[in-house]
Amino acid sequence: MVSIKQDIRIGFYVCHCGHNIASMVDCPEVASYVEKLPGVVLSRDYKYMCSDPGQELIQKDIKEFDLNRVVVASCSPLLHEHTFRTAVAAGGLNPFFFHMVNIREHDSWVHTDRKEATAKAKALARAAIRRVAHHKALEVKQVPVNPDVLVVGGGIAGIHAALTLANAGKKVYLVEREPSIGGHMAKFDKTFPTLDCAACILTPKMSSVGAHENITLWSYSEVVKMDGYVGNYTVMVKRKARFINEDLCTGCQECVANCIYKEPKFTDEFNEGLGKRKPVYIPFPQATPQVVLIDPDVCLNFKRGVLTDKCKKTCVEACGDRKAIDFKQKEQFTEIKVGTIIVATGFQTFDAKRVLPYGYGVYPNVYTAMEVERLVNASGPTSGEVILRDGRQPKAIGIIHCVGSRDKKTNRWCSRVCCMYSMKLAHLLKEHTGAEIYNFYIDIRAPGKGYEEFYDKLNEEGVHFVRGRVGEVTDWGMTPEEEGKLVIRVEDTLAGFVRRIPVDMVVLATGLEPQADAQDVRRLFNMSCGTEGFFLERHPKLAPVNTFTDGIFIAGCCQGPRDIPDTVAQAGAAAAEAMVLIDKGHVEQEPNTAYVLPDCCGCKSCLPLCPYTAITFDEATKKAVINEALCKGCGTCVSSCPSGSIAQNLFEDEEVFSEIEGVLAD
Amino acid sequence: MSKPKVAFYWCASCGGCEETVVDLAEDILGVVEKVDIVLWPVAMDFKYKDVQAMADKSIFATLLNGAIRSSEQEEMAGLLRRKSQYLIAYGSCAHLGGIPSLANQFEREQILKFNYEDAPTVVNEAKVRPQLKFEENGRHPHLPELRNVVRSLDQVVDVDFYIPGCPPTPNLTKAAFAALLSGQIPPKGAVLAPDTALCEECSRKASKPSDIAFTEFKRTHQKLLDPAKCFLAQGVVCMGPATRSGCGAQCTEGNMPCTGCFGPTSRVRDQGAKILSSLCANIEAKDEAGINQVLEGIPDPVGTFYRYGLAKSLLRRKVNLSANRVPSSK
Amino acid sequence: MSELTPPSPAAWTPRIIAFFCNWCTYTAADLAGVSRLKYASTTRVIRLMCSGRVDPQFILDAFRQGADGVLIGGCHPGDCHYVEGNYKMLRRFQLLKRLLKDLGIAEQRVRLEWISAAEGERVKTVVNEMTAQIKALGPLGMPQAFATWDQEVSELARRTGDAGEVESQEPVAAAK
Repeated sequence: MVSIKQDIRIGFYVCHCGHNIASMVDCPEVASYVEKLPGVVLSRDYKYMCSDPGQELIQKDIKEFDLNRVVVASCSPLLHEHTFRTAVAAGGLNPFFFHMVNIREHDSWVHTDRKEATAKAKALARAAIRRVAHHKALEVKQVPVNPDVLVVGGGIAGIHAALTLANAGKKVYLVEREPSIGGHMAKFDKTFPTLDCAACILTPKMSSVGAHENITLWSYSEVVKMDGYVGNYTVMVKRKARFINEDLCTGCQECVANCIYKEPKFTDEFNEGLGKRKPVYIPFPQATPQVVLIDPDVCLNFKRGVLTDKCKKTCVEACGDRKAIDFKQKEQFTEIKVGTIIVATGFQTFDAKRVLPYGYGVYPNVYTAMEVERLVNASGPTSGEVILRDGRQPKAIGIIHCVGSRDKKTNRWCSRVCCMYSMKLAHLLKEHTGAEIYNFYIDIRAPGKGYEEFYDKLNEEGVHFVRGRVGEVTDWGMTPEEEGKLVIRVEDTLAGFVRRIPVDMVVLATGLEPQADAQDVRRLFNMSCGTEGFFLERHPKLAPVNTFTDGIFIAGCCQGPRDIPDTVAQAGAAAAEAMVLIDKGHVEQEPNTAYVLPDCCGCKSCLPLCPYTAITFDEATKKAVINEALCKGCGTCVSSCPSGSIAQNLFEDEEVFSEIEGVLAD
Repeated sequence: MSKPKVAFYWCASCGGCEETVVDLAEDILGVVEKVDIVLWPVAMDFKYKDVQAMADKSIFATLLNGAIRSSEQEEMAGLLRRKSQYLIAYGSCAHLGGIPSLANQFEREQILKFNYEDAPTVVNEAKVRPQLKFEENGRHPHLPELRNVVRSLDQVVDVDFYIPGCPPTPNLTKAAFAALLSGQIPPKGAVLAPDTALCEECSRKASKPSDIAFTEFKRTHQKLLDPAKCFLAQGVVCMGPATRSGCGAQCTEGNMPCTGCFGPTSRVRDQGAKILSSLCANIEAKDEAGINQVLEGIPDPVGTFYRYGLAKSLLRRKVNLSANRVPSSK
Repeated sequence: MSELTPPSPAAWTPRIIAFFCNWCTYTAADLAGVSRLKYASTTRVIRLMCSGRVDPQFILDAFRQGADGVLIGGCHPGDCHYVEGNYKMLRRFQLLKRLLKDLGIAEQRVRLEWISAAEGERVKTVVNEMTAQIKALGPLGMPQAFATWDQEVSELARRTGDAGEVESQEPVAAAK
């Protein structure tokens, strides 16, 4: 069974990875075992194969020992396959005369018995030795990269990424689903810990986006389809009907002033439902683009979204010659071609109604933190005055941390920003109202530049901190002073007893969650999600903005909760990663494509299996043909060919069979 | 110069392969002219002792058909191997185990019990079984022993070439003779038939759609078969895409789907696994219940996909059957 | 009917061949490693680009070469990196399970799991579960079975000797 071709000369290297592998796998034993296998000319164990000396060792050995195959047993090929292929190529061999064995992630790190782990390492190494003998020389194919970039999501992450790229001279499409860019940050009043006004720092960036010659901004639009591969993506964007011709609208808002509704009376989404707007509106004063839109669900000219033309159309009259209003506007689909995509679709806040004991939606004076952001904001529904839903001004306020965070019943993760924004709101509320403020926390997490100092400042300001997860919020007063108040029941774990604290206003520091449609977006862009539903980075440390699909990057809270500084840093990183591809100009494609062998009988069974229509039937030869440019290398047609007449580079039948045979040959 | 010696022998087979030799018709005269037939039990009277007396390798070529499933067949396979320069596995049974190797799904005891006791056509009140040794009129004849496992010829002795088919066609047989006698010896282990699957020569090939998606599988008796359309396009399992060509597509020409007797191409290790892979991948349903409903149309996957080749399939035999090792006879 | 009797159950640990999709389960197994989760050392992973590349021949061959179990890991339905490769595997798997059963291989010996790149924990659970199930079943031992089956042939070869002539016309003793 063990038939290694005569001319095969394999060099084998087993890496200690410091103690990572060596502590659980007897590397010298693996090396001496492999040395005796047929075809192996040389077998070494070495402390760090991926280090420069490790790679140089391979290069030197290839020449000195006339090696024509190399196997390295170390970490996951997803981490270092490229490194070693490059080393092998530098040694003068075709880089595909190499195979990698994963004895760290799949062995030393997950097993506890040194003998078993060593036996497993030997088996995996033996499989690779047999496999590599079948390897063929392959050519890496280069594909040009379209220099244009798509940024999905116009929050601070998307804005920063788009501007970075545009300033570097790259053409960017920024697609935002809401009528304006700005995202959550546009709703914030101040930002922690510096307390600079969110609008003051964000608005200039938003205007830059709107004005930038390299940015095509499509708000009120969504990506509906993506095809292609790194460097060459084709994306379909749905541009929703806003019933306004964006090119003609100047943002003068005459139409809003002249709407048949004299007063705003419909829920204002931007103000978290605390304010009202008209059917024709601009979401907020600094909205970008400065273009109004019409809500067909409430505009009199529509009935249930269908055009009736029954309104007097005072808005059209007000618009006059500009003729920007177009009631007949339909949603449009535009196809664009880009080389790279940055997904920055953000987060949604936790629905506070899910924690029943806190009474959100039951007691009017229980607010979410987002609502309070609008409440304290000078351009908010109350012009910055903190007036409760019942018209009173609060004298005591309780801020409950970790609502929908660090909670096995809802979300287990820490949302990272709530401690800090809770303290920020505590400061702002105290500043606005002079009320007594209580923070109810599990732990104060303030790990950032100036964050701990901010906590100290709050303490100095006399804000109360009570350590304990709140049991419930109730309006059932037990004493006269509790009457008419909201009572927060909490075990003060520092004092060691249960307290009842009467307040006028409760603020729930709701956590950050993946967007409701994160799964759809993930599928759209061929990404993965972590268990909690945030998009998964390729490597948590070394590739934090990459995804498993080349050319698709992630930035901001769609990857996990983070604050603005981190988001901006990450957006910059994503832009830089995109620029790497663009400036390099081409990508190298793994040559793992399938190809049809001459003995194909032309049964056509493979044709319907290919999702990329890479397989066609050649009417002249009556055989199947695979278009290498379209093939992505899944190998489904290979395993399905009933006569074994399709093969796949890097995953040839013989290569896999020899691996199976080798791994079991003990 | 003496003519090359040729032997024909049969083991566990139906006799169909012998028919093919007869089907050479007038062409057989050409063959007979060029060779000396030294053993052909089905047609001529030779004794085994004559063969035993021959020098090793003195037979130019032996065409052996039938699977190997008894001690006597093993002995003869061994004997003919020694005496022959070229041993050719002739027909599906010698090549792949053939239909007899479907018995590899059962225990020997199950087979004997059914055949000598339980089969509806058997009258055997005394439940007599064939005995390896018995006495009759003072003589002590013995019978060969049935093995636990049915084997292809190459699982018992070394084989030089294979002529596939159930039965092989006269054309392939003639071509093999012509090649051997003219000294054009194929590489060892060669299957003497094209290495392309059957669709290549099937007249229905053009009618196979390029977007097949199975919503049901029907067996031949459950459907009125279109005489011109690809069977797979009709939802009828056809082994053609997973089977070597060279037969002239006789079954599909006769409005019957291919059942796979020529075995897999050289690129395939397990014919059944490959046709299974292809058929299943092209099922339309995406959920387990839907998929299973379509697959109900294939009630006996082993019998369908390994009709001629269970012995030579990767697993060879139902794995949990007992081996009943033959005890040493010291 | 039980499967083959274990040759030496005490010294035996199951060997499971795992065909993992590069994009999901292979990465999940990497994640299990990075997270230092501990699980049975029974699996030997063979990386393929997609569960759709898993040729049923690979599965049969793994058993033939001595695997006690075969685990296939692919992307969740709807999540295939190559659109629908995982469905193709699922369809094959449905019939393959039946075929294997007909050929005497217990259903628990072959398993298809959808494990996303984030589900390192799931790799651990599935491997441990499968290991326990196969331990309960005992070894499949195909190579040993082949050897045992073929003793009846080698027995004859031994008795006839190398010279080839049948030494004795004594019939072979009847099997019990």
